[in-house]
Amino acid sequence: MTDEEIKALVLRELSNIAPEIDSSRIDPAVNVRDQVDLDSMNVLDLMIAIHQATGVEIPEADYPKILTLNDFVAYLRPRLKDR
Amino acid sequence: MPSLGADMEAGTLVQWLVKPGDRIKRGDVIAVVETEKGAIEIEVFVNGIVHSFTVQEGEKVPVGTVLALIAADGEAPAVPTPPAIKPVPPIAPPPVRPVTPAAAAPPPRAEKQPAPAPGPALQPSPARLRISPLAMRVAMELGVDPAAVKGTGPGGAITRFDVEAAAKAKAAPPPTPPAAPAPAALKPARPAMMAADKQAAMRRAIAAAMARSKREIPHYYLGTRIDMSRAMAWLREENLKRSVNDRLLYSVMLLKAVALALRDFPELNGFWVDGAFKPGEGIHVGVAISLRLGGLVAPAIHDVDKKNLSEIMTGLHDLVKRVRAGVLRSSEIADATITVTSLGEQGVEHVFGVIYPPQVALVGFGKIVEQPWAQAGMVGVRPVIMASLSGDHRASDGHRGGLFLAALDRLLQEPERL
Repeated sequence: MTDEEIKALVLRELSNIAPEIDSSRIDPAVNVRDQVDLDSMNVLDLMIAIHQATGVEIPEADYPKILTLNDFVAYLRPRLKDR
Repeated sequence: MPSLGADMEAGTLVQWLVKPGDRIKRGDVIAVVETEKGAIEIEVFVNGIVHSFTVQEGEKVPVGTVLALIAADGEAPAVPTPPAIKPVPPIAPPPVRPVTPAAAAPPPRAEKQPAPAPGPALQPSPARLRISPLAMRVAMELGVDPAAVKGTGPGGAITRFDVEAAAKAKAAPPPTPPAAPAPAALKPARPAMMAADKQAAMRRAIAAAMARSKREIPHYYLGTRIDMSRAMAWLREENLKRSVNDRLLYSVMLLKAVALALRDFPELNGFWVDGAFKPGEGIHVGVAISLRLGGLVAPAIHDVDKKNLSEIMTGLHDLVKRVRAGVLRSSEIADATITVTSLGEQGVEHVFGVIYPPQVALVGFGKIVEQPWAQAGMVGVRPVIMASLSGDHRASDGHRGGLFLAALDRLLQEPERL
């Protein structure tokens, strides 16, 4: 998957969870939770959705590394490079 | 039409999910009703056979109205067709049990809901207006003369909805041909409520319940800090073993600990009805879930004390999904014996909640923050959560409330036993 595809995927799943957001206005360099009102159940749902879409399971211990949209791309890119 | 909360006066029957002749059993979902809280699936509380419907799809009727006649098992199946069924209130011939499906519990509050009288509806006395205090207040706010409003509630009582309808009619330009008077209690349902209407309706429902709470319930508030280091360490270990689909959230541990602690403090788990405390049958924890576009509901997870953490997590996940999709079941809406609110996600450390009547207690949790924690002469840094109890002083005292919070603390220090 390309970076753009990964970004689009995360934004799509995010929109499913928070339908009110305008995904074009999400700043990829800013903490997602500062831009979208997400509780811990929403975050879990996002991780489940990403797992279902990509097969990548993100352990809880890695959550602190993944704060922005760019972080998602950086985290998922090496794990999805052959897909 | 079951009462699905202290604030509900009427509901619209959106859809029947069964038909006359169908065999139904306790717990089956038989209809969908639209309320201020969204669409609610109505569960039935008897086993039997659907005889007939007394309310049709699209009708809006007051709480207490008979929706359907069900021949319960063990009753004579040969049922005479009830003569000219009227929608309000029960006029069922004896062999058929009039059923206001499921979830009459929690017992409807006394002041607003006269039990549906058997026999023909009471005639409103010409001398005294039958109007609920809420409807009277709304009438004053909207500048509506209550005497000119046609009541559709039990016994012809004027409900808030009648007042609002009258206000709307007043505001609208008079239709050129004078509209035929709507038959009482048989007003056709409004077309599907628009999102903004729903928002406004939910806001009003919350306003009514919370105003009643602060008017009637003498709250006392207690708070304590709880060291969450053991609980969080246990959870981290536990979640390592689980796939992402089965992971637990720490709020599930809080719910279980609250439920277990309540076993020893029954006076916090139940309802204040008719001037007396009525203990809850089971520990059904209402979970305050906020909606993305504003407002909140607090549906129950049943028997939380008897469920393991995975079961509670599944229940919570399912509940959150259905709240956001707008479909809840009647028992979830009506059964909660206590409410838990966790506002920590929004970043506050302290929550002192407002009790949801007729419940008698609410437990609040703030966010988990790292704090200096002194123990045995040493200061360390621990993840700490602030737990609070809002108690109804009619039903319990601060001393017992304090012991409850201490018990909650003890339970969270032994997470493996939750």
